[in-house]
Amino acid sequence: MHAATDRIGASTAIQVADVSKTFDTAAVLHQLSLDVQAGELLALLGPSGSGKTTLLRIIAGLDHPDSGRIIFGGEDATGLPVQQRAVGFVFQHYALFKHLTVADNIAYGLNARERKRRPPKAEIKNRVGNLLDLVKLSGFASRYPSQLSGGQRQRVALARALAVEPRVLLLDEPFGALDAQVRKDLRRWLREIHDRTGQTTIFVTHDQDEALELSDRVAVLDKGRLQQVGTPDEVQEQPVSPTVLKFLGDAVEVSAVARDGGVEVNGRATPVQAPANSGRDLKLYVRPWQIRLTRPDDAHFVAIVQSSYRTQGRQRIEVEGPDRKPFVVESPDSVRFSVGEPVGLEIIGGYPFDAALR
Amino acid sequence: MSDRVVNAGLQPSVTPVRPPASVVTEQRGVRWLLIAIAIVFLALFLLLPLLTVIVEAFSKGLGAYAAALTEPDAVAALRLTLTVAAIAVPFNLVFGVVAAWAIAKFEFRGKNLLITLIDLPFSVSPVVSGLIYVLVFGTQGLLGPWLIDHNIQIIFAVPGIVLATIFVTFPFVARQLIPLMQEQGTLEEEAALTLGASGWHAFWTVTLPNIRWGLFYSVLLCNARAMGEFGAVSVVSGHIRGLTNTIPLHVEILYNEYNFVASFAVASLLAGLALVTLVIKSVLEWRYSADIAAGARRH
Repeated sequence: MHAATDRIGASTAIQVADVSKTFDTAAVLHQLSLDVQAGELLALLGPSGSGKTTLLRIIAGLDHPDSGRIIFGGEDATGLPVQQRAVGFVFQHYALFKHLTVADNIAYGLNARERKRRPPKAEIKNRVGNLLDLVKLSGFASRYPSQLSGGQRQRVALARALAVEPRVLLLDEPFGALDAQVRKDLRRWLREIHDRTGQTTIFVTHDQDEALELSDRVAVLDKGRLQQVGTPDEVQEQPVSPTVLKFLGDAVEVSAVARDGGVEVNGRATPVQAPANSGRDLKLYVRPWQIRLTRPDDAHFVAIVQSSYRTQGRQRIEVEGPDRKPFVVESPDSVRFSVGEPVGLEIIGGYPFDAALR
Repeated sequence: MSDRVVNAGLQPSVTPVRPPASVVTEQRGVRWLLIAIAIVFLALFLLLPLLTVIVEAFSKGLGAYAAALTEPDAVAALRLTLTVAAIAVPFNLVFGVVAAWAIAKFEFRGKNLLITLIDLPFSVSPVVSGLIYVLVFGTQGLLGPWLIDHNIQIIFAVPGIVLATIFVTFPFVARQLIPLMQEQGTLEEEAALTLGASGWHAFWTVTLPNIRWGLFYSVLLCNARAMGEFGAVSVVSGHIRGLTNTIPLHVEILYNEYNFVASFAVASLLAGLALVTLVIKSVLEWRYSADIAAGARRH
């Protein structure tokens, strides 16, 4: 999409090299390495406790790694204090200065500079004005944070971070504390700002939709390890592990076997190709839209309808499979099913993994 | 109350049941009774003594009142009290802020021990607090001989009074600020640091403004105690007129000499200090309750 998919030619803005971090006795990051390209919008995606926020704080210099290095544009920044890293950090709960106006909040980083490097008053005022325009809060300069809504506060926080012209913008669950509609608007708007400024940006989220919609590349973290990095298309189409796949959306796990390069479920062939170098026993992960309702005779397996509802032109049917685990099947069909009815399910796609792989 | 009983007896089905304003509200009679008890109690134990002080102070007219306050020993006592407060309060302000900062924002070993030690002056009788200093710095005390050799006088002199006052008023600022700073956390400071501010700059521009009202509040209480402290100061002072008498000690001496007018006149200064403190304290609590104490946030 925006940043180059091919890594050659794109310059590396930030390099995370073999970073490990332990809090008390619990390891949070295990020898994690990650390259961030200049100008890209990278999402750190993972469940809570995956270490994504810790990684972001280590990049910012708010936490320090036990081992490993952080390299900013070729220079080792591991020992550099947070003030000298020139990062813009946006916190989940805004962390605006309550006693300062919106304008003073945005100007804080410029005013904090030593006199030699501080821009003249008029220039600060000018820059604050431009940033207020950018975040669409022009009339709010003299308000206090307590007089703003959550979405407005987060926009002020972003303007404040951008004011110091950071080398990289780091956002920690920036929309986590906002309600759904505001979150949606802010997402689109952040993407716009990124496209306009070309600012290298890393943001942390546990929301797959947010990561997939917003980012150029997604880095999926789990239990302190980097599982996969790739464009939203790559991680969705070629997940490297069941963990990544399951984290990116609902999937039904079905036992399968590899035969003649194809994948069979319950002795019936599927359109899925068997992975190379895998054993005979497979696990096939099937997304809700890769299952079709069919006559029980043609089905890969039979499930019992638990409930069904219609939303936005589609029907979502919750069924219970042979392993008694409930899952959802989507169907455009207008035929309604009654609870307890057996339905045949045909697999029309899926992601096969060696059964030994987790 | 009674008319409801009558109504209930005569026309129970017609009278609509009036819901109480709140389920936790007592009946009106009980409410008024409780309020009356509280007011009588306050009048008897607080207002009456305060009035007595003022009435007695002016009982021989304005001239006697003024004379009692301008008498050299009274002036010296006032000067000493102000001096002691001027040293003890800033000291405890700085110490309190530093201790609260360290305890609220950092993790270190011995933190609980430090919190307990800060509380110590509150749990020790002021007289004992004074005695501690006599035992350490007095002529028979631990450092006594050394101090005599070097011609340094602490006990029965101003340094001893200052030390005792600092000890007694030690916990006020720290105790007030620790929960406040703990609640505020370090998020805003972190934000300031990422924006390039030095720790020092962040302290002055972020931490201090966030605790300013709580700090003001605690300094106010600290000052009231520093100026009014009797027990600990009495032990270390030596009661030398014009030299080591603070206002509270001066009041006691005058009283013991049956010089009631002068005694109450000087005491009225302390009463005035108490009233001013009370008014400012109430205004602060009313206006900035959320910024003074942790857990008082309304939003």
